[in-house]
Amino acid sequence: MATGIRDKVAILGMGCTKFGERWESAAEDLIIEAFQEALADAGIEKKEIQAAWFGTHIDEVHVGKSGVPLATTLKLPFIPVTRTENYCATGTEAFRGACYAVAAGVYDICLALGVEKLKDTGYGGLPATAAFGQMQAMIGPNATAPGLFAQLATSYFAKYGIDPATGKKGLAHISAKSHVNGAMNPRAHLRRPIAEEQILHAPMIAYPLGLFDCCGVSDGAAAAIVTTPEIAKSLKGPDPILVKALAICVSSGEESLFHTWDGAHLETTFRAGQMAFQEAGIRDPREEISMMEVHDCFSITELTVYEDLQISPRGRAFEDIFNGFFDLRGRIPCQPDGGLKCFGHPIAASGLRMLYEMYSQILERWPEERRVKNPRLGLTHNLGGIPSTNVCSVAVIGR
Amino acid sequence: MAGIMSFAAYIPRYRLKRMTIFQAMGWINPTTILLAQGEKAVANADEDSLTIATAAGIACLEGFDRSAVEGIFLASTTMPYLERQNAGIMAGALNLRDDVRSADFSSALKSGTSALLSALEAVGSKNASQILVAVADCRMGRMGSPQEMIFGDGGAAFLVGNQEVIAECKGSYSLTCDFVDHFRGSKTIFDRQWEDRWIRDAGFREFIPRAIDGLLRRCHLPLSDFSKVIFQCPYESERKNLAQRMKLDPSVVQDPMHGSIGETGTAHSPLMLAAALEESKPGDKLLVVSFGSGCDALYFEVTDRISARKKGTGLRGNIANGVELSSYPKYAVFRGMLPVDIGLRGEADLLTRWSLLWKKRKAILGLVGSRCRKCGTPQYPPQRVCVNPSCGATDEMEDYSFAERKGRILSFTGDMLAASYDPPELYGDVEFEGGGRILCNFTDCLLGDLRVGAPVSFSFRKKYYDEKRDIHGYFWKAVPQKEVA
Repeated sequence: MATGIRDKVAILGMGCTKFGERWESAAEDLIIEAFQEALADAGIEKKEIQAAWFGTHIDEVHVGKSGVPLATTLKLPFIPVTRTENYCATGTEAFRGACYAVAAGVYDICLALGVEKLKDTGYGGLPATAAFGQMQAMIGPNATAPGLFAQLATSYFAKYGIDPATGKKGLAHISAKSHVNGAMNPRAHLRRPIAEEQILHAPMIAYPLGLFDCCGVSDGAAAAIVTTPEIAKSLKGPDPILVKALAICVSSGEESLFHTWDGAHLETTFRAGQMAFQEAGIRDPREEISMMEVHDCFSITELTVYEDLQISPRGRAFEDIFNGFFDLRGRIPCQPDGGLKCFGHPIAASGLRMLYEMYSQILERWPEERRVKNPRLGLTHNLGGIPSTNVCSVAVIGR
Repeated sequence: MAGIMSFAAYIPRYRLKRMTIFQAMGWINPTTILLAQGEKAVANADEDSLTIATAAGIACLEGFDRSAVEGIFLASTTMPYLERQNAGIMAGALNLRDDVRSADFSSALKSGTSALLSALEAVGSKNASQILVAVADCRMGRMGSPQEMIFGDGGAAFLVGNQEVIAECKGSYSLTCDFVDHFRGSKTIFDRQWEDRWIRDAGFREFIPRAIDGLLRRCHLPLSDFSKVIFQCPYESERKNLAQRMKLDPSVVQDPMHGSIGETGTAHSPLMLAAALEESKPGDKLLVVSFGSGCDALYFEVTDRISARKKGTGLRGNIANGVELSSYPKYAVFRGMLPVDIGLRGEADLLTRWSLLWKKRKAILGLVGSRCRKCGTPQYPPQRVCVNPSCGATDEMEDYSFAERKGRILSFTGDMLAASYDPPELYGDVEFEGGGRILCNFTDCLLGDLRVGAPVSFSFRKKYYDEKRDIHGYFWKAVPQKEVA
């Protein structure tokens, strides 16, 4: 009988680069930067790592395929390195691989590292790729991520009878909140508070999403070293940070092909949340989750995620948003590090970057001004693909 | 009895006022002011002769059984492919049977009537019972040229058959002359012509009466028997002159629609024939003459069935649906005449994988999906495993055509980041009536026309152009429909 991942794996160390337009750094430099911090944090030597999972998504604009780039950059001594790719859940997927290997008892210490060097394309936004296959490339719209997620907003506004002006205000608060947090974080890419007024008057990127409804695109890497709770206790003391849940949910085609999906929520997020809460033994996420880093690729995504994770009731996330429920000093601070909004989204690094923030908050490593009060359980969430067809990951870590 | 069973016209939505052209380009050729009257129909950025002909073909076949069509003839001087049969692409878009005869008729402006004649002869000889003939042109005049003023874009289609015809073909006469008024080599995009006065005097004034006279003599009829005489001639004065010479009452001469559509080349006399048929009554005799590398003259007699015909949008409706394209630069960009910056994102390589297209031809060209025989769920693109979570049957699918179905908008956006020649790029999810969904482009509309729940229909359009390999890719887009209260 399967018993899930809860309390079977501990995080020994983590690292995260500064995210941003790292013109001076290649993907290899970012790998080394994140790895060195994680290794130092774990307090182990490189040779103690027995296996690694390496996440890259748009590998064609930086390191190329396979586990080789990680192994050769870090000179990992002929250990198994598995490359993972699962859209925006790639980083969390690498973490999952490392955790499962430890939980299976195959290895004692594993590395998960995600890197993306996106600013070598010559233009803003994500690189254009045939991410949905060659047939879709021939017939699909010249879509971009903002446009595909903007559809979520038009559907959501229509479903709940929200006029676009009011809707935009709610979305503006989501972005403004993240900018307040990001401004305090030296590793964030965008470090300026942005007034809601300015957000509302920004140029339109994809109706109804304006510039500040969209996260940045940046370069970055993040890493985690995981081990068994026993080894963690022996190395770092009695109360290690444990993995409580690791859920992945992938669209079955039902949203895009069948008639049941309303276009105004993310079915995979709802289901991944259910799986994760069950695995972690969480009965009421609104009461039990201390803080979250969710996939705010766009403000509207963050809004629907509040509802899909059952933090806010369906159709009523705006009430929590306007009440400051998700602000840093609110009941469940969301994106305490600034989120994708301020970090940008080097795809394969983002999931691990989120875990890094939850981990660091639980360890109370940040200055008082940006510290979450009494953090116990931290949730991370990624969503890759498009609203109708995607991969979602939800992870919960804590003590 | 060989004749026309059904007909339809398709005029692209955009209209360009000739004064708009003159205001932009009159500086280089001030005499074009003489032509700067009225407006002309221009193809949208995602339309070409093939999509226009297909739209006319779809309208023409409405209410008819497509599996009864045994041939498809396409006529145009502006087809997208020199090798790869354009009629074959259209057959795919119309989801016709595989065992049909097909041909492209090209290189002469009279090839529309030549295609019509070939189809009439095929059904007349009982070698086929129904053939679809589609004609369209999108001819290119250089910026500032008189041709740019005169040419318009449009198409027409005729279902030709040997029973239940609304107009019977009762005779024809053809002339073939290497009279080079206009010409293009195989590597040339823009029209070239010789002196107008020569074309007028030695061309139209000679050939139109000769073709008509030949037909009348062959059919032993006086011209006065005809209720409409239809001939294409872009020179207004010469049309009047010819009518006078032939002693035709002006009401008998079919309006060339130059002020509303423009001269549509290969499609023009067929379009005028469609216009005449729309207004005709049983017993009317119509004489249609094309012009270009000679002439074809055809004589049709309208039957009683004309009264029972379902009318649809019609040419008149197509003309009324026009919307002004007020920007000359936008028109020039749509036609590929101005190099324009659509960003590095627009330089992504559009690889057409022919073997994949062949495997998926029905889904891509014909918008054919699948329907589960077990649970009845329609799905696009076609699936082997049923998506209905309470069914999930494998290999229980049958073909299910979505192209003629209406749909409703489920979500939409106007994307300013996406590479587009007409930003914002409009797209969203659409739910088909009766089930099935698609993420697709919207076209022939503005962002402000889109609304969740609004009805759409589907139109075969150019999806991309691969400049490096000269490949035109086609797919279907949703067109918002006016709500009928």
